[in-house]
Amino acid sequence: MSQPRFSQIPAGAGFYAWIILLAGFIAAALGAVYYMEHSGHWVTGMSNQVIWGTPHLFAIFLIVAASGALNVASIASVFNKTMYKPLAPLSAILAVALLIGGLVVLVLDLGRPDRLIVAMTHFNFKSIFTWNIFLYSGFAAIVLIYLWTMLEKRMNRYSQRAGLVAFLWRLILTTGTGSIFGFLVAREGYDAALLAPMFVILSFAWGLAVYMLVLMISCRIHDRELGNLVILRLRSLLAIFVAATLYFSLVYHVTNLYATEHHSFEAFVLRDGGVYTAMFWLGQIVLGTLLPLGLLFHPSTQRVPLWIATAAGLVIVGAFATLYVIIIGGQSFPIDIFTGYTVSSSFDDGIIADYAPSLPELILGIGGVAIGLMLVSISMAALRLLPESLSDEVMQPLVAKEVVAD
Amino acid sequence: MSENQQPDQGRRQFLGQSAKAAASLALAPGVMLYGVTPANATTDSGASSANRWGLLIDTSKCANGCDACVTACQQENGWGDHGQTKQSSPAQIEQWIRKVDLRNNSTGASHSLPLMCQHCEHPPCVDVCPTGASMKRADGIVLVDKHICIGCRYCMMACPYKARSFVHEALYGQREHAPRGKGTVESCTLCVHKVDAGDGTTACADACSAAGHKAILFGDLKDPNSEISRTVATYNTTALRDDLDLNPGVRYRGI
Repeated sequence: MSQPRFSQIPAGAGFYAWIILLAGFIAAALGAVYYMEHSGHWVTGMSNQVIWGTPHLFAIFLIVAASGALNVASIASVFNKTMYKPLAPLSAILAVALLIGGLVVLVLDLGRPDRLIVAMTHFNFKSIFTWNIFLYSGFAAIVLIYLWTMLEKRMNRYSQRAGLVAFLWRLILTTGTGSIFGFLVAREGYDAALLAPMFVILSFAWGLAVYMLVLMISCRIHDRELGNLVILRLRSLLAIFVAATLYFSLVYHVTNLYATEHHSFEAFVLRDGGVYTAMFWLGQIVLGTLLPLGLLFHPSTQRVPLWIATAAGLVIVGAFATLYVIIIGGQSFPIDIFTGYTVSSSFDDGIIADYAPSLPELILGIGGVAIGLMLVSISMAALRLLPESLSDEVMQPLVAKEVVAD
Repeated sequence: MSENQQPDQGRRQFLGQSAKAAASLALAPGVMLYGVTPANATTDSGASSANRWGLLIDTSKCANGCDACVTACQQENGWGDHGQTKQSSPAQIEQWIRKVDLRNNSTGASHSLPLMCQHCEHPPCVDVCPTGASMKRADGIVLVDKHICIGCRYCMMACPYKARSFVHEALYGQREHAPRGKGTVESCTLCVHKVDAGDGTTACADACSAAGHKAILFGDLKDPNSEISRTVATYNTTALRDDLDLNPGVRYRGI
């Protein structure tokens, strides 16, 4: 067999049950939005100190993972690794689906989501949010064109160039997402240029983890063979990306620890922050980094698909913990307006702000994930995105091509 | 205005004009109903960059425990509870101006001061606002255009003074000159309606004087003869978070 064959996934009763389930989550999210918008945001856990809450965790996770999900396609077309080519269409559609899910959450958490048209017609080009409006919509358009060049035989010859544009665009996009925080001079936890490349690296790991789970679960459900060649390649890639996130996290905190002005923030995250300290050490470092690395490298687990999938799942758990520390923790920590003074006021000056996710916020966030999954599922049923087999026999010739090319 | 919605300016102007016309017809010529004159009647030319409105706050005169400025701002601009049962938690309730108590970590010296929008020359809130709702007028007053604020709250993330609040619930009893809206962001307007009416003062400064403290001085920083200009030219004053180089229009003495 020289070329892997693609086909739609069958839309049987199971498929429709899955879509109805996802639709239920989406309907619940819309109900939560109606409740939050009708009542006002006082029904959420957000406040004037923690102003971006749980919906932002989901939105930013989905947007960051979206750009990372495209990596598999990029490796195929930009770096010409032919083995990844059969994996690329799913990678592209997953990227667009996750992005849309994230953007929906972001928009529906606005104080005035009904004014979306205002955001589309009034632009302040110094705002990173404005850049992102163009980066996000451009990303969706470019990736869809890229997908077309992959799926339409006559367009195949443009695939590499489209892939390159999409790859460069996604790097800029995640830089833009990281810069939302990196450019904020006001808050202790942000204001670091490192956050932009760090978000790029985080996207590599999170996007790949989501991709691997979607691929492995889809192949399992639809009886499509997924051989060790593919799984172990992706495993190695995930291990490298996760290790890189650890490196960036290390640099970020060690830099802060060196500068006295950041000591109190570091003490907050690393030692005294209660739930944030737990999220950092237990969530981000142990569950999200060390345990997956252990599973991906330990001789007894590193070749077992179930353990590799578990590692990918843990990376996603770690992603939420990481975002909780960065987004919620970064906001909870008091703003230092009067350096050298101990301050108090009726407006939470000088104290760690409380935040607890409320149910409507959680439901909205989960709804965003459901939107992403529904778009992927429907696309897989409508388009030929998933190879009929990714067995080692199918993949071997492609790997051989890479060796020749190298 | 009973709800959180504000009519758009066009409609408001139309209604205002209609009211004027109706009043002129109904009443004897030359007699006008009180209240139909636009608040900015004295400055139809708009804000001018020849002015830079600002405040000077003398913390040595600001009394610990006194919140006359806060109460006056609430009364003037219609925020705070005003008899309305708030559903928001204390951390969610809006505060355009707040009293902050400080204790110097090295010397133990205590201060009390009011903190509000600092009306920066280079406001980070204006930089980050995607729609341009956060804006700075030519005379240095930083405002939120409630009609195009989408409630993204990025300005609140960017403000180094935590000067902005998000309206977490429906509003009642709004002041005509201080439009507000559920789901949008707001902050101190430097009593822009009074500035535009040529009052030459703000509610907080008035209240502070009335309370006998005179800790808040309002004026034009670009007018070399104004008291505020002469004071900042004579004495050492401080801009909060001076390291950020935002050149706020609000300055402090005594810290």
